[in-house]
This record gives sequence, C-alpha cells and structure tokens, in this order.
Amino acid sequence: MILDLLELLFNAGFWAATIRIACPLLLATLGELICERAGVLNLGIEGIMTIGALVGWTTVYLGGDLSTGILVAAIVGASFGLLHAFFSVYLGASQHVTGIGITLFASSIGYYSFRLLLPSSTTPPKIMAFQPLEIPFFSDIPFLGIALFQHTAFTYFAFLMIPAVFWLMNKTPLGLSIKVAGENPMALEAQGLDVLFVRTIALMLGSALMALGGAYLTMSAFDAFYFGMVNGRGWIAIALVIFASWQPFRVMLGAILFAGLDAFQVRAQQLAGAFIAYQFFLMLPYLLSIVAMVFAARSTYYPRALLIPFRRGERH
Amino acid sequence: MRLEAREHTPLWLPWIAILSSGLITLIFAAILIMVAGASPVTGFYELYKGAFGSKNSIAETGATATPLIFTGLAAAIAFRARFWNIGAEGQLYIGALAATYFGTGLVVFSPLVMVPFLLLTGFLFGALALLPMVLLRQFLKVDEVVTTLLMNFVIILLVSYLLEGPWKDPYSLGWPQASPVIDQGVLPQIIPRTRLHLGFAIAITMAFLVWYIQSKTSFGFSSRAVGFNPSTAKHSGISVTKTMIGVAVLSGGIAGLAGVSEVAGLKGYLTLDLSPGFGYTGIAVAMLGNLHPIGVIFSAIFIAIIYVGAGAMSRAIEVPTYLADVIVASTILTVLVSLILIRYRIMLRGKF
Repeated sequence: MILDLLELLFNAGFWAATIRIACPLLLATLGELICERAGVLNLGIEGIMTIGALVGWTTVYLGGDLSTGILVAAIVGASFGLLHAFFSVYLGASQHVTGIGITLFASSIGYYSFRLLLPSSTTPPKIMAFQPLEIPFFSDIPFLGIALFQHTAFTYFAFLMIPAVFWLMNKTPLGLSIKVAGENPMALEAQGLDVLFVRTIALMLGSALMALGGAYLTMSAFDAFYFGMVNGRGWIAIALVIFASWQPFRVMLGAILFAGLDAFQVRAQQLAGAFIAYQFFLMLPYLLSIVAMVFAARSTYYPRALLIPFRRGERH
Repeated sequence: MRLEAREHTPLWLPWIAILSSGLITLIFAAILIMVAGASPVTGFYELYKGAFGSKNSIAETGATATPLIFTGLAAAIAFRARFWNIGAEGQLYIGALAATYFGTGLVVFSPLVMVPFLLLTGFLFGALALLPMVLLRQFLKVDEVVTTLLMNFVIILLVSYLLEGPWKDPYSLGWPQASPVIDQGVLPQIIPRTRLHLGFAIAITMAFLVWYIQSKTSFGFSSRAVGFNPSTAKHSGISVTKTMIGVAVLSGGIAGLAGVSEVAGLKGYLTLDLSPGFGYTGIAVAMLGNLHPIGVIFSAIFIAIIYVGAGAMSRAIEVPTYLADVIVASTILTVLVSLILIRYRIMLRGKF
C-alpha cells in the first residue's frame, strides 16, 4: 500500500488534480490576504465564495459568456466587500460578527435566488464550463504535459494572480498604503491618506478574488451549482493565510500542499477505503488546517492593526 | 461620516434600536417576497398563521425555539467575554452523540435519574468539545474562530461515520440514523400530543441560571470584565485564562444541551439532519437578544416564529424556504448597526 501511495507522486493525473483543487483555495486565500493586510479579518469569505459560485454560473446559464461570468462574480464579490466595509470599517463593528453575518447573508440570499431561478430542479443544470486548453508542444510533453499544461484558462488565471497580488502589495502605492493601514493606521493618516477608504478598497479587491475562487468551482472545476459546494473552503483559506504568514508566494505553497493532501485523500480512499471509513479521509483537510494554525501561531508576524477598528481621534 | 461616542445612553434607546432593526428586516423580507412574485401581506398573514394559527403551530414554535435558546445562550455567554465560539453547531452534535451513546440502553435508570444524567453528560461532552479551542487560544494564541468553525465540519463527518457505521440502527430500513433513546431517557411532552417537550422549560431555566451566574457571581463579573477589557481585568487580579476556560465550559456545555434536547426530546433518535444550522442561527439569536440571557429567550422565540412561520408561508405562497435564513442573517446585520447606534452618534458632517 505504501508503494501505491509513492507511485501517486509519479502520477501526472494526481498532480493535475492537485493543481485543479488548489485554484479556488489560491484565489480565496489571496483575497483574504489583501483584506487582512489592510487590518480587516474577512469572515464573509465562505458566503462570498458561495455567491461568487452562484452568480458566475448563473451569468453563463442565462446566456452570458464565460468571461462575463467571471466579471459579474468579481463585481458581486466586491459589492459584498463594500457591505463588509460599511459595517466593519465605517461603523467599526466587530469584524467577527460582521463576517459571520455576511457569510450567512450571502449564502442564504444566494440559495434563495437559486431557488427562485430554478424552483424545482432535482439535478442541477450544467453549463458549458471552461475547457482544458491545448498548448502546442507543451501539452504533449510526457508527464509535465498532463500535470501542468492541460488546464483551463481559469486555472492559469488563478496562478497568475499570485505574482499579480505580490506586485500589487509590494510595488504599487495602493499596496503599500494597504499594508500601512494594517500595520500602523495612524501613520497612514499622518500622510494625509484616508485609512477607512484604503481598507474599503482592500476589502472590495479581496472579496472580488474570493468570489472568483467560488466561481472557479462552478465554471471550471465543475459545471453546475450545488448547495453547500464551498464546503468550508473559505475557513481553510483563513487558516492558509496564517500558514503563509501573509506572503503571496507562500500562499501558493500552502494551497498546493493542501490541494495535494485533498487529492491524496481521494486516492487513499480508493486504496484504503476498505479498512478506514471515507469520513476520516474527508476530515483530513480540516484537521490539517487546525494543525497548520497551531504551528503558524508561533510565528511572530501578523498585521499589527488586524481586528482593530480605526476611529479618527481615538488613540490606539 | 464620523462616529462620536454618546456620553449617556437613554434607557429606551437599546430597545427602540433593536425593535427597529427587526422592522427593517421585515421590510427587506417583504421586498424579497415581492421579488418572488407574491404578496407580502398574504405572506406575513400566512407566516402568522403558521406560527400561531393552532395549538400545534404554537407548540411547533416553542419546539423550534428550544434549541435556539440553548445555542443563543452558548453564543451570548462566549461573545460577552469576547470568546468567539462559532462552533455551537458542532458542540450541539457532540451533545447529541453523548445522549445517543448513554441514552440508547448502555445504562438504564428510572426517568427521574436518567433525564438529568443525559443532560449532564451532554453538557460535559459539549464543554469538552470546546475546551481544546480555548486552551489553544490562551496558551498558543490560535484564533478560536477558525478552529471552532473547522471543528464543525470534523464533528459532522464523525456523526456521519457513526450513523452509517457502528451506530446505525439495524431496524432503520437503511436510513442513517441511530437507535432510539430508551423510554426512561425521553423528555416528556409539555402539551400532550404535540412536539413541545420538557426541553423548552429546561432551556428557559438555563437562561435564568445564566442570568443569575452573570449578574450575581464573581465568575459572572470576571467574564464580563474580561470581555470589556482583558488587560484591565488582568491588572485588577482576574485570571483571564481561568475565566476564559469557565466561559468555554459554560458555552460549549449549553450548546451540548441543545443536542440532548433535540435527540431525547424532539426526534427520539440521532440523525445527520438533526440541526438545520441551529448553531449558526444561535449567533443571530444572541445578537438580537443583546447578548443578555433573558433577551435570548425572546429573540429565540422571535426567530422560531420566523422559521416555523416562513416554512408555512413558503408552502402556502410558493416562496423558497431559504427566505427564513435570509431573514435571520439580515437580523444579525441590522442588529449590529443598531448596537453601534446605541453606543455612538453618527455625525454626517463634521471636522474630518
């Protein structure tokens, strides 16, 4: 059995699955990273992913093309980020309660609209989702071709977001102000910049990425919308941000590690399913997230102003 | 826009603010009913009829309020101390597992012993389920929101394993459900031939007990002090860790009681759909009740009316049942605004 598992590492299909599973986590984690860098924990992530999955799919189902679906998902995600900002940034409400409220609100309104759209469908209708791209020459390389070069455009887009977010956070004035807003908001204020505005922009950008993470599920990984399909991926993303110490490239590492584990547990179920019940394999990603958080909690870095609402004229 | 702390809050303001947030939620619900092409007036009438129309519907509302009082108390106790236990859903199932393990024939006592015994084990196991998270938070600074949330998924998978495997009732005709609780352990009905059971009375007693603990004991004082300002509490000689552990035991334990009450009172046996998210709805209950144990009773009944009523309404006027969830979620958000307005004035113009 150990040999079977080792063989997995040399199986191109396993790596292709890992990359596919990593994408929604990657997009959602990068989104959460931007929010937290600005000093706002966004627990709306699970609901924003659900609504992103729904509106992306709905746009295509109602006749829009795939890129319109992505755009609509991003815009809807950003609007929920704005809603979050209204509560957590402008009113300075508890980020925990705001986030849980946004998650429950976004998913319930999503399910409500889905049922209005399709009152009584037992099997969810399918859309023409993103198809794997054939890249001349590269797709034909043995092993690597299947593992890396037979993915959908959405997959490459998700991985491109890593350098994009890195560039945004480290090379642009906006990224720098986002980081200062999460480290030392008073300093940002002293520069004449509006902390509340910068945090709002960060929440909108981050939530748009989360919604794209959800949209990946219905538009690339699968081709239909199911109830409960996000299934805790948002909460895992929150653990991943901590695991990655708020660094975009380490997010990639974390997402691939988790996705690899997820792909592994699917194969392991087939191999060891006779001895161990499948539920224990399904527990692995959640338990590993908790373990990852325990180890990452010891690292010293975290955005200093995380969870602290900023109010002008109040000392911090 | 700027917020300015109020120097003094009029006594009527909190209640007006909470009531108006309920009103705004209902207006929002009316819009959603209209979007679905139905009449809100008929809708709300059906909602009222569904929740109060008959002896059975009143009993049903009470039966639905029961787990919500428990989970609402669990959230209110924790949130007061700024311990973010979002895991009441999982702790509810752990309580239900305990009731199933001990209540389906492992031990047999007379009902007068059996019922308190099941409640106590449910409380203990619910508390134990939350204990690791509070220890991780206090000693290793691991954020409890994510750990309690993730544990919900782990626990529900554990329940699924037990119900499909070792605990599956051989007489259940293939359905994944556990054996029924023995007669001695069943919580008796309060109104005969309805689903309202003793759990409702126990829930209300718990609310008063929590209110007593919070307002009359030194532990209650420290738990509020820790939530208000941990460093000040520490300097005045309160052990933050001990207090937090106490808060977690109480919060997890009461969430566990919800599971016992559902298994031994309402359903009679454990199923995988025992709770349609009572743990999460408990957060809305706690917020709407202003994190006050007695407030929780009223808000749990209010939200139970919404659930039971909206269920009947959606059957009558053909609106998706998810409307109830939307109403509950928007309640959290509107109450959040009203709680801010109680503490702060919004200055639309002013010095920036």
